[in-house]
Amino acid sequence: MSLRLEALEIVGPGGALFRPLSLEVARGTVVTVMGPSGVGKSTLLDAIGGHLAHGFRARGRVVLNGRDVTGIAPERRRIGLMFQDALLFPHLSVGDNLAFGLPPSVRGRAARAARVDQALEDAGLAGFGDRDPASLSGGQRARAALMRTLLAAPDALLLDEPFSKLDAGLRDELRSFTRSHVETARIPALLVTHDPEDAAAMGGGVVQLGA
Amino acid sequence: MRSDGRLLRGAVLAAVGAGLLAPIALGLWETLRPAFGVLPALGRTAWSLEPWAELAALPGVRTSLMLTLWTGIGSTVLSLLLALGAAAALYDRIGGGRGGRWLTPFLAIPHAAMAVGLAFVLAPSGWLARLLAEPLGWTRPPDIASVNDPWGLALMIGLMIKEIPFLLLVILAALGQLPVRRHMAMGRALGYGRGIVWIKVIVPQLWPLIRLPVWVVLSYALSNVDMALVLGPSTPPVLAVAVMRWFTDPDITMLLPASAGAILQAGVVLAGVALFRAAELAAARLGRWWLRRGGRGLSFEPGLVLARGLVLALLATGALAMLSLAVWSVAWRWSFPHVLPESWSAKPWQMAERGWREVLGNTLLLALASVGVSLALAVAWLEGEDRARRGRAGWAEALIYLPLLLPQIGFLYGLNVVFLRLGVGGTTLAVIWAQALFVFPYVMITLSDPWRALDPRLVNAAAALGASPLRRLWAVKLPVLLHPIATAAAIGVAVSVAQYLPTLFMGAGRVPTLTTEAVTLSSGADRRIVGVYATLQAALPFAAYGLAFLIPALLHRNRADLRGTA
Repeated sequence: MSLRLEALEIVGPGGALFRPLSLEVARGTVVTVMGPSGVGKSTLLDAIGGHLAHGFRARGRVVLNGRDVTGIAPERRRIGLMFQDALLFPHLSVGDNLAFGLPPSVRGRAARAARVDQALEDAGLAGFGDRDPASLSGGQRARAALMRTLLAAPDALLLDEPFSKLDAGLRDELRSFTRSHVETARIPALLVTHDPEDAAAMGGGVVQLGA
Repeated sequence: MRSDGRLLRGAVLAAVGAGLLAPIALGLWETLRPAFGVLPALGRTAWSLEPWAELAALPGVRTSLMLTLWTGIGSTVLSLLLALGAAAALYDRIGGGRGGRWLTPFLAIPHAAMAVGLAFVLAPSGWLARLLAEPLGWTRPPDIASVNDPWGLALMIGLMIKEIPFLLLVILAALGQLPVRRHMAMGRALGYGRGIVWIKVIVPQLWPLIRLPVWVVLSYALSNVDMALVLGPSTPPVLAVAVMRWFTDPDITMLLPASAGAILQAGVVLAGVALFRAAELAAARLGRWWLRRGGRGLSFEPGLVLARGLVLALLATGALAMLSLAVWSVAWRWSFPHVLPESWSAKPWQMAERGWREVLGNTLLLALASVGVSLALAVAWLEGEDRARRGRAGWAEALIYLPLLLPQIGFLYGLNVVFLRLGVGGTTLAVIWAQALFVFPYVMITLSDPWRALDPRLVNAAAALGASPLRRLWAVKLPVLLHPIATAAAIGVAVSVAQYLPTLFMGAGRVPTLTTEAVTLSSGADRRIVGVYATLQAALPFAAYGLAFLIPALLHRNRADLRGTA
């Protein structure tokens, strides 16, 4: 049970972005992909998640828990995403943002509200359900976004420099918050970053992405 | 996923092709045939140039043509120069998008209502003359043709008051995409004056962004009917009005020269656009030579001040015109030279109540239907682009502008022939359809930029949470884009309410609206009743803009990141 990339490469308008990449992320661990800016780290995550823009093509395979998801629509891949901007939906309250991620299989208003409240509490955001996401601090937003992603019960997690916009103290806190939730959820996670400290804090392997 | 996008895009393409392109092309064709002698209803089946000879022999046609060129090109060139000058002078203060807000009333008010209001202000017995009467000792209205003047000056003023705000808005929006402040600082540090940097550095970058809207303004100025009916010269009138009169002449053989006139009108617009394009190329050549000479010329400052002053004077006149509509609609006794009515009354509203209620209902229905259809099509189009994950091709962009660049009179008669053949001639459906031809482009143009400015990662985040394409549209994109969508709808309402010729031609006079009534009544009817209709006509778009501001503000009152986006 894992996330496996098999000779994955991305061809854009200017040719291949990087050398074919093969790696495997075991469940409950975070593998870090490092590389200079502009090499295509975010595009790699787009390819894995199924969000490639027009003009980009992925070659190779993305295998999740033994299932080849390469040609599947993003909403059916069960791969969660985290960006450096939390990207909470600006029109929804914090609680509704979390509820957006909660699968419809959790039925009943009370049951859904309870799950959301529990997640808010886990994130140290108890009582923040009705708040405007714009009124949250950077760290609070990041935690809310991670909980939203985890509530969707993804089979894997992609992290696109999620700590880079936070200041140093918050960064440490959020690294351990993220790592512990990945371990608890027992899912594979792939982090792209240019900060070596991120890689060290996540404890998993490090892969260099090169042109 | 990809196939879904393809299906949607195919449906949009079919709808645009059958609903938008085909009517225009067929309308042109059905106008072209009688213009060259083919009108089977009259037993004419052979192609000939006879209608053109008849057209040339009609009284006043040459004067009409000259008037059209003079008022159309003159008002467009002046509007463009004044708008550019005012933008240069005011950019520091009103730049950055938000500044455009005070232009909204001028954009929202239909051309016909503005024309009626201007007639109230400029006429010999109008507000301006009343304001001047006391200092000049007038007891009777002066004997000058200040409206419907043979030179078309009142018409040009009217066109400029409507077009300058539109151009200013377009220019301000385009300036937002350019590094104006840095280029201005750089230019001035090199020793160039403010006005010169504007002309040599900013305008050349600006022009490609505003070229199409300028052409739209030119096409409108060369071919408008409603403003020309109210403010323009009458014997002979401008070409578009003359063509409309020939089309509605009781003598149906007039259809032949009328069609030739409609095609001539289309040719005039085409020639006007070609002239602007040629002037642009020439200016680019001369400009480069001028640039290389490196003159620093610090003397453009008076020009900027003049432009700003003239624009403010025109807009003040326009504001007075809007106010005069409301004042006349509640005036009872108001003889010359009183500046304000001697007695006020709601009687004008009560007297015309049965009339305006029905007409208001028609206008609302047409607006809601044409805006609803246009908005749905625009959202489907943009969503199709999103799902295909690609931008818009150049030809598609041109397609959107097509109905705005063609003169309405050039294909509306033919379109009516097509609609009659389809069995929908003279019905409300036909009017809705014809209005949507002009509402859709504005809705599409307004909505495109904010739609594309939406962070795609927000939508990707929703997909990663398992939301289907439909749910991403309903639950994320549409709510986040509520404000621009509401704004596009309001602009659509303003465009629909303002439509005169399509309503008249397609409705065959059986679907009266506030606009057709206001224009009809403006020639000779009681000013108070005209005031009632024109006030209502202006009030509808204002209300739409008000709602477009209020609804998102209320729904998103607790959402800081969505406030102030438009």
